[in-house]
Amino acid sequence: MSSTISTKPWFALLSFIIGIVVIWYLAALLMNGKQLINTLERKKQDWTYTQVASQAYQIPRPMLPAPHQVAAQLNKSVFQVAIDSKRSLIYHTGITLQSTLLGFVLGAILGILIAVGIVHNRTLESSLMPWVIASQTIPILAIAPIIVVVLGALNMTGVFPKAVISMYLSFFPVTIAMVKGLRSSDVMHMELMRTYNATQTQLFWKLRWFSAQPYLFSSLKVAIAAALVGAVVAELPTGAQGGLGSRLLSGSYYGQTEQIWAALLMAALLGSVLVFVVGLAERVILSQRGNANA
Amino acid sequence: MRKSMLNMLAFLVFSLQFLLAFNLTDGSYLQSPSYLFLLVAALISAIRLMTEMTAYVDAKPNAGSGLKAVVPSIFAMMLVMLWQSLVLGFAVSPVLLPSIKSIVISFVNNLPLLWADFQQTYLKAVLAGYVLGCSSGFIVAQLASKSLFLRNGLLPLGNFMSAIPIVGIAPIMVMWFGFDWQSKAAVIVVMTFFPMFINTLAGLQSVDHLHQDLLHTYGASSNQRFVKCQFFYALPFVFNALKLNSTLALIGAIVAEFFGTPIVGMGFRISTEVGRMNMDMVWATILVAALAGSLSYGLLALLEKRLLFWHPSVR
Repeated sequence: MSSTISTKPWFALLSFIIGIVVIWYLAALLMNGKQLINTLERKKQDWTYTQVASQAYQIPRPMLPAPHQVAAQLNKSVFQVAIDSKRSLIYHTGITLQSTLLGFVLGAILGILIAVGIVHNRTLESSLMPWVIASQTIPILAIAPIIVVVLGALNMTGVFPKAVISMYLSFFPVTIAMVKGLRSSDVMHMELMRTYNATQTQLFWKLRWFSAQPYLFSSLKVAIAAALVGAVVAELPTGAQGGLGSRLLSGSYYGQTEQIWAALLMAALLGSVLVFVVGLAERVILSQRGNANA
Repeated sequence: MRKSMLNMLAFLVFSLQFLLAFNLTDGSYLQSPSYLFLLVAALISAIRLMTEMTAYVDAKPNAGSGLKAVVPSIFAMMLVMLWQSLVLGFAVSPVLLPSIKSIVISFVNNLPLLWADFQQTYLKAVLAGYVLGCSSGFIVAQLASKSLFLRNGLLPLGNFMSAIPIVGIAPIMVMWFGFDWQSKAAVIVVMTFFPMFINTLAGLQSVDHLHQDLLHTYGASSNQRFVKCQFFYALPFVFNALKLNSTLALIGAIVAEFFGTPIVGMGFRISTEVGRMNMDMVWATILVAALAGSLSYGLLALLEKRLLFWHPSVR
């Protein structure tokens, strides 16, 4: 095998990132330049290409803010304002994080409970399982505004309605994986437990729960990403109450493109950190069992 | 004999309550709580029916799909009955939760409007974005399966993208591509590209080495290898992505419409009718979305069954 630089993973990743940034700057020049030319022509002013190129990265409310503009906005809204201020992105991220985590925990518990029921009760399996799958073919995020309105009418505002949506999105991967995982115990082990005359409860806590753990963790990574999506989308109809989703909405209402991009980048960062944390927990817990490769 | 009598009785109680649920007057449980006994009895009957049916179906080794669908449909009917009778019986405000009956009525009454929304959101935005996103994901995966450089660069990017809420790009796309369906299609393209890419690539790489060696000894060209071997290994993975994307696409379109549309479209309908507290209509729109989502999923599953009849997961 040749080990030239072009086969190294980091080289490919680095060149992709550089490529994206270059394309980003070029696209910003083109899109903002066009916008600039349109405004200048409307004002009946003369313009030259050098003038447009020099101003394309500085206009307020650009069509596509260049990376350094987004970075400046991020810096401004993260480090330059007090954390409890409504203009601080940290404040909004915190709101989103709360409902994401609450929804994720609720969804994981619900998912595990449903899976345990399905594994232990044949009637539950044949009646519920098709609907668990069908529930995901419904674009549930469309119901987000309703859930928020309905729970708001019941005087439940704040984190809980958003968490319900996150919960709905995150229970499904957990249920599917746990049904598979709880059934994945080695047949030999199952038979051994049976010869010991183990009860169903003992069988669950001493065998099934452990054989399901690798499945559980890989589904939790999917679930927490889904919970974040649910939280962000649930914040759209609540309007000004705060959260990354409401930053997106207000940014799009007032044409504050830099604000949109900053919120988007923050959501991306939050998502990858959350998935990373779950992955870390997975590695720690599974390696205690000597299952380091999972 | 006694058992079948009991089952008969359960069936009767359940159907009686089911019919009654649609003819209750508002607040009848508040006036005469004794009606609640019938509801509880109907629930117990439904559970009994499901248990019996499950045992019956399990005892038949090669039960048809029609027979297998009986238990889930009893479950669905139980939910419908519970929803309808609780909402009517306790006179729940229609703003909180409209009854099933009123949702169906407003669905039927507003068919032309809902059809126009469906056309705008599904037939234009979803289909265009779905086809573009899935096919480009497939093509790029095909290229990446041949190039280590592309794989190394794109796979981490794909994993990163799967962790972030991509629907967030909706306001940007609306700004770039205007209020009409093109902006929604653009959101869908971005949302569907990476699942398709990752799944297809995994499928293309799952090729059995023995098969590949065999084709190599036959002197097959790389195109022949793809058409005769790799493609079939990838198909189950491709179908997984197609099914996943069919729901994602609908979600993307509806959410993108929250950020601005011409005055038609399912997302637009939901957000305006919520504003007017006209919940019947909102739920009717969701009914349309649910039907569209599950029908497209079902069609894809059917197609998968037809094309993958040889695959162990289908047999």
